Amino acid sequence: MKKVISLVMVMAMVMCLMAGCGSTTETADPTEAPAETEAETDTTADTASEGGSFYIGGIGPITGDNAIYGMAVMNGAQIAVDEINAAGGINGYPIEYKFEDDVADGETAVNAYNNLMDWGMQVLVGPVTTGSAISVSAKVYEERVFALTPSASSPDVTAGKDNMFQLCFTDPNQGSGAAVYMGANMADSKVAVIYRNDDAYSQGIRDTFVAEAANQNLEVVYEGTFTEDTATDFSVQLTAAQAAGADVVFLPIYYQPASVILAQANAMGYTPTFFGVDGMDGILTLEGFDTSLAEGVMVLTPFSADAQDELTKTFVAEYNERFGETPNQFAADGYDCVYAIKQAMENAGCTPDMSAEEICNAMVEQFTSMSFSGLTGTDMTWSTAGEVSKMPVAVVIENGVYVSAQ
Amino acid sequence: MKLKSRKLKKTTVIDFATYIGVVLAFIIMNTLKNQGMLTRSLTGQLIPICCYIVMAVSLNLTVGILGELSLGHAGFMSVGAFSGVVAAMSLQTVIPSEPLRLAIALVVGAIFAAIAGTLVGIPVLRLRGDYLAIVTLAFGEIIKELINCLIIGVDETGLHIVFNATGTKSVNDLGLSEAGRVLIKGAQGATGTQTIASFTAGFILIMISLVVILNLVRSRSGRAIMALRDNRIAAESVGINVTKYKLMAFVTSAALAGAAGALYGLNFSNLVATKFDFNTSILVLVFVVLGGLGNIWGSIIAATVLTILPEALRGFDDYRMLIYAIVLILVMLATNNPQMKTLFAKLIPVRRGEKVNG
Repeated sequence: MKKVISLVMVMAMVMCLMAGCGSTTETADPTEAPAETEAETDTTADTASEGGSFYIGGIGPITGDNAIYGMAVMNGAQIAVDEINAAGGINGYPIEYKFEDDVADGETAVNAYNNLMDWGMQVLVGPVTTGSAISVSAKVYEERVFALTPSASSPDVTAGKDNMFQLCFTDPNQGSGAAVYMGANMADSKVAVIYRNDDAYSQGIRDTFVAEAANQNLEVVYEGTFTEDTATDFSVQLTAAQAAGADVVFLPIYYQPASVILAQANAMGYTPTFFGVDGMDGILTLEGFDTSLAEGVMVLTPFSADAQDELTKTFVAEYNERFGETPNQFAADGYDCVYAIKQAMENAGCTPDMSAEEICNAMVEQFTSMSFSGLTGTDMTWSTAGEVSKMPVAVVIENGVYVSAQ
Repeated sequence: MKLKSRKLKKTTVIDFATYIGVVLAFIIMNTLKNQGMLTRSLTGQLIPICCYIVMAVSLNLTVGILGELSLGHAGFMSVGAFSGVVAAMSLQTVIPSEPLRLAIALVVGAIFAAIAGTLVGIPVLRLRGDYLAIVTLAFGEIIKELINCLIIGVDETGLHIVFNATGTKSVNDLGLSEAGRVLIKGAQGATGTQTIASFTAGFILIMISLVVILNLVRSRSGRAIMALRDNRIAAESVGINVTKYKLMAFVTSAALAGAAGALYGLNFSNLVATKFDFNTSILVLVFVVLGGLGNIWGSIIAATVLTILPEALRGFDDYRMLIYAIVLILVMLATNNPQMKTLFAKLIPVRRGEKVNG
């Protein structure tokens, strides 16, 4: 019996520990909770008063379906942070970098953001996915924290928020950009669109693509939809696209369903040109995916790992060595975000003892006036709305790697 | 308390203890929050916790007290969330007061969810056991798909609604005037929502749900509902109207879930229908099962702990969800252990009385 009781006590203690700073609302012990929170505030006060380093946080999915995006951004930004720290930091101060998981869910993203603020974050790189970014953007706007998202592409992310900036193209730009590219390079082709109609990203790109296709002499012969729950079988959509005589299939979707589409099209012997946008990026690193299926797939992306400039070469080599794979566009976005923030901070002469709000104001001013060159484009500029302006590049997959389409 | 317990029934004592517990917890948390002694991480979770508590308590009415397994509870939350957001956003100019608008949104959310509950309940409650679970599950998915097709905007002439069933319509088809705003953009969900939800409103909502549910359970109707759960044939034989009482419990549960959804929706500036999927229904069911079927205060504690837990475990990085799952399994094993049960029964004498009364 003693054993049982001691076991119970241990369990109870473990549970208390697990609840941690939570100290559940119901059983909140008034003496315990303040003690813990004091400790928390102490640490944040310390970090601020020491003035030792800049606190840059990141938010993105590093578990769940969209983990490839979050991992890529996290690793890309980590490389940038390490390089900057090795080279003496920003204005002589090193960077502290912390990345939190949000499982691409809005609620968890807000929790992750609050967690980072407890940690003492001064500038945010993220969130990586659109839904999370919209939820968090309302918080950063309210609390005046500067945020630069590497890859959340909906215009809703930046709409009405002066301190939220994007490093990637917006969905409208991607949709119309893809249509313009097809109009110029594959004129008079018949296009089928397969998109996910319960996803903000996919629907947004489809809307602008179809609108622009009308001006570009492209005939949209078929539009097929699917949802999260029906993303396992596309034989209906592919058969219909084939029957409609489509020779280009536009896939404004993430890489996971795209991999299924490619496999099924291959099995039924349907070989149109598949054309994807930045969500397709990542397909080559998908576990268990036969990359030969992706031969000839075209992707509209601002970054191509086979580019011959010095910056890209060093980055790709470094990424390959540390993480054992070729970086995709998201890794490059994460890398560029950190360097863009560094450039703005240096221009504005920020120091770590400045509050998040002071840094935010300085950064907003810098970002709307500066021009930045990085991996994902040269001479990028930002509008006051927070949208970036840069050139997209089309790449084609050959022998399992991206090659510039021209 | 001891003096009271001799005079009052044990169930009444538990009910009052639940109320007092919630009020005390609110007072403590609110004081701490106002003095800035809570971490931001916890402060940010207060309102979602309130929503999940109401969800768990209301699902407990269906699963624990009515005894029917419903897997579509998130569907009602979804209905409430989107109707609440539309109500709050479209009344923005008419009613400037935020608390009032929030209250209206909660009521609208509850009403719409209740209507959905009635529509689903009438045919579905004729089914039993597994079939009911399957149909409610399907209902949750249908709601999700329907909201994905919904495009709603508002301008000075009123609400504009487009049902985008073929997937070819977009915001431009709404025909909004220049002053118009889009509230729900189909799959992109409700974006740019003004976050007017407050912790106080969450607390009031919890109290209202508790008053409604506890009074319902202890009333004549509540006894009829529990009689149906315990033995349907016996209950019918004494003249209990099966459909009426089942529907009563089901619709009440749906309405409260709708109000919780509205509060949840107005706490985030972005809301998508896919958030309220099967997983969310299961999550709420986990709260109920872990807290104990039919045990209201158990649901409250389970919802609170299990909402905070994944965030409190952030320190474990990649192993966070693994540890979360292990904790769930341990709690299930611990609460089902007979030795543990006798120990609890010794420690808390009241529990014995509760078991007798269900």
